[in-house]
Amino acid sequence: MIDTTVVDLSRLQFAATALYHFIFVPLTLGLSWLLVAMESAYVLTGKEIYRDMTKFWGKLYGINFALGVTTGITMEFQFGTNWAYYSHYVGDIFGAPLAIEGLMAFFLESTMVGLFFFGWNRLSKAGHLTVTMLMALGTNLSAVLILIANGWMQDPVGSAFNPITMRMELIDFWALVFNPAAQAKFVHTVSAGYVAGSLFVLGISSWYLLKGVHTEFARRSFRIAAAFGLAGTLSVIVLGDESGYAVSESQKSKLATIEAMWETEPAPAGFNLIASINEEKQTNNWAIKIPYALGLIATRSTTETLPGIREIRAENVGRVKSGIEAVIALEALRKAPQDAELLARFREYEQDLGYGLLVKAYVDDVRLATPAIIEKAAHDTVPPVASLFWSFRLMVGLGFAMLALFVVAFWAGIRNSFAEKRWLLRWALYFIPVPWIAIEAGWWVAEFGRQPWTVFGVLPTHLSASSLSVADLYGSLFGFLGFYTVLLAVEMYLMFKYARLGPTALQSNQ
Amino acid sequence: MFDYETLKLIWWLLVGVLLIGFAIMDGHDMGVGTLLPILGKDDTERRVMINSVAPHWDGNQVWFITGGGAIFAAWPFVYATAFSGMYWALLLVLFALFFRPVGFEYRSKLPNPAWRATWDWGLFAGSAVPALVFGVAFGNLFLGVPFTLDDTMRSFYSGSFWALLNPFALLCGVVSLSLLTLQGATFLAHRTEGALQQRAKIAASVLVIVLLAAFSGAGVIVWRIEGYIIQSIGDVGGVINPLMKEVTRQPGAWFGNFQKMPILWLIPAIAYVGALLALLAIKAGKTLLAFVGSSLACVSVILTAGVALFPFILPSSTMPKASLTAWDATSSYVTLNVMLWVALIFTPIVLAYTSWAYHVMAGKITRDFIAANDKQLY
Ligand code: HDD
Ligand code: HEM
Ligand code: HEM
Repeated sequence: MIDTTVVDLSRLQFAATALYHFIFVPLTLGLSWLLVAMESAYVLTGKEIYRDMTKFWGKLYGINFALGVTTGITMEFQFGTNWAYYSHYVGDIFGAPLAIEGLMAFFLESTMVGLFFFGWNRLSKAGHLTVTMLMALGTNLSAVLILIANGWMQDPVGSAFNPITMRMELIDFWALVFNPAAQAKFVHTVSAGYVAGSLFVLGISSWYLLKGVHTEFARRSFRIAAAFGLAGTLSVIVLGDESGYAVSESQKSKLATIEAMWETEPAPAGFNLIASINEEKQTNNWAIKIPYALGLIATRSTTETLPGIREIRAENVGRVKSGIEAVIALEALRKAPQDAELLARFREYEQDLGYGLLVKAYVDDVRLATPAIIEKAAHDTVPPVASLFWSFRLMVGLGFAMLALFVVAFWAGIRNSFAEKRWLLRWALYFIPVPWIAIEAGWWVAEFGRQPWTVFGVLPTHLSASSLSVADLYGSLFGFLGFYTVLLAVEMYLMFKYARLGPTALQSNQ
Repeated sequence: MFDYETLKLIWWLLVGVLLIGFAIMDGHDMGVGTLLPILGKDDTERRVMINSVAPHWDGNQVWFITGGGAIFAAWPFVYATAFSGMYWALLLVLFALFFRPVGFEYRSKLPNPAWRATWDWGLFAGSAVPALVFGVAFGNLFLGVPFTLDDTMRSFYSGSFWALLNPFALLCGVVSLSLLTLQGATFLAHRTEGALQQRAKIAASVLVIVLLAAFSGAGVIVWRIEGYIIQSIGDVGGVINPLMKEVTRQPGAWFGNFQKMPILWLIPAIAYVGALLALLAIKAGKTLLAFVGSSLACVSVILTAGVALFPFILPSSTMPKASLTAWDATSSYVTLNVMLWVALIFTPIVLAYTSWAYHVMAGKITRDFIAANDKQLY
């Protein structure tokens, strides 16, 4: 059996490095299109101020981009270093979008970013704008592909288990690409990036206006950011609803968890606005409910029922039992690969194989699973509720708060009255970190909500880890923490320094 | 279109192409990084060196990233076993690589000399350490890596990080380090002028000698160590796993492919030709030709190692039958097929815009150019 400490530390390390990577990703995603917008304004109007805007925000983009790349490399190799059995078990499917991402997106993004910075005097105006557009395209393509990979972990379509190679294999590439879970994730996640990019520009511009410096520059930046941010926020909210719908289709356990819905409710179910959660007794001490809302959001109907946590756990007892049969048949089949009868028996129970593997967290030999162990394994199929319930509400609440900000900012932008509204400028300035909080909360919902699986219904997290020692894990974890802390400090220092310097400081020698 | 066996062979070649692409492209900017504190005598010279690769290093690094992704997709067994087994070697590469993006991007953002010197050494480490470790890893493939597979195909590694650093593997490390640094030296000779160019030329000449000596030495040792031979294996055109074969060991077996097909001797021969071409061209002042010669050496050194090992990818010293090979460590037919189409479509596109980017940024980087664009450059 794999050491549970190794599994827990691997999860901690992956979560820490992934959440860290995603500090930089959203800004890259959002700023790249804002740079396209600013440079287009330059090419269309010929006004130099737009070129300076592109260069200045581009400078900050570069400072951020460097850490996006640094932390991205870690992500790419961590599947192999820390999730070796996962990599073996699903690499046939999961590796493909990752490799395509390199070939299709990273090459484009990274080649164009070099020309973006160093090609100003060597390319025509239109040529440079094309480079900027291709850079933005590359960034967004990379998001599509990685979210196809991640979407498959949430909803493993287009694949089947092969008992000879002991792994999942791809059978339908297009099902993988057009996986609804991935589509919903992509639009929601990139829109979240657009919100982050917009608030970054909006907030820093507001700060210039509050201090009365670079005002002409800041006004124009503010207006572009307000418009783009409003569109982004609307999209993140509408498409967040889409993500919720996708989740209700593929992961009923996650939906029930983020709603803290213990009992199956008659349709259409109500939405728990806030609740006091009692994990022990599997109930809420009290809750404030909006009637009908959840049923409408999650099923888009008034008649479909949504299963509660207790019902899901009870149902999964049966799946675990049938999964145990699958594991037994598979183990026998491994010893006698030609035996058609064993194969037929395995195929009969195959769809529950993952549930049988859950038992291995408690006993190596699934034949020894007692009813108590089966009960525990079924209980595990729904993750702990409280952190998911609250991080979901945090994300949604901050989403509406940002919507309010962008509506006001956009309106004031049209009326050209924002420079005098100091409360609005301060609001925008203080809100700079808010999209990041919502984004990290969102990833928590998506990833922790998928537990106990790395690939939903297929491969339990505890089996996915590499055969490493606890000492290895402590060593690498501290290595990452040390490096990442120093790098973040350096990045923030430069970011603040260059934001303070503002646009004028960059134009010497040119 | 292709049968499964052919696809397995094609993917062996394609991973080789990615490794070669990495050595030629990322190799030259890593070479520049390795030479940075050695050849750059003052801040301006170092900036000349850095800016000769500034617009390209990130695109070049994607050869490395895509190589990793392609191994994941085409050889998931290898990706899982090698990266988790050689955990600390990989983390060492990773931690060293951390210095590159930030080193390039942040170094010249502040004028403070201590700040800049720190990043210069960071860039050095980020370039030299990976270049060395790749060779060390390849060396260990020839010796066999201590891992076993259980019946569920889970791998267990029983070696230590320090055991990877044996004399033969370190010699292979010298081969890869001198190879990539030679790429950097010839590139610098082409893109710079004056005193710096002179120093780059001297470095290139020295590196050719080191490379050829280390490469020849490694060849002699490979002749004497035990190689691996497949005694029997299931249907290589069908679905098989790594435990369905028998493997034995025998001294000199790594030369088996060359003995079976003598024409393959041309490959190591071209390594010598390429390196000597680089040397002669440098002496004659033909810097672009020197870069071509050095690139040729990259191609043939990597191919030599690959052909010697073929079909082995990751031989196991503790459980030889579990060795991973190009026949039984691959993805399914569907995945290899889809990925082949993707590679056929996108590789030419990537090559096209990469060449265009080099074309746009062509020309010598001079001290005056740095002075005139102080704030715009790295
Ligand atoms: C929604 C988008 C998204 C998500 C979920 C991820 N990334 Fe990322 N990644 C990006 C979006 C992105 C980006 C926006 O394209 C970055 C950030 C800044 C940058 O340079 O490119 C990037 C950079 C980046 C790089 C460096 C590329 C280069 O050198 O140009 C690698 C290797 C990865 N990522 C790999 C990963 C892996 C293996 C992930 C999954 C665990 C992952 N990323 C999650
Ligand atoms: C960059 C954005 C991402 C963030 C912020 C993120 C966040 C997280 C978090 C918080 C965990 C820990 C969950 C837990 O331990 O309970 C986790 C685990 C994990 N995530 Fe993600 N994730 C991201 C992207 C991805 C992507 C794109 C993939 C796949 C391509 C992925 C695959 C995994 C895996 C394999 C684990 C470890 C196993 C597990 O604990 O479930 N993550 N991630
Ligand atoms: C009313 C507003 C919102 C709703 C209904 C919503 C809904 C959701 C849902 C259901 C998920 C989980 C998807 C899964 O598990 O696969 C999710 C994830 C996520 N959310 Fe939101 N969200 C909202 C607002 C926001 C905002 C404002 C942001 C950031 C600016 C954000 C960023 C994210 C991110 C980064 C993820 C993880 C990636 C993903 O799974 O798509 N969300 N959201």
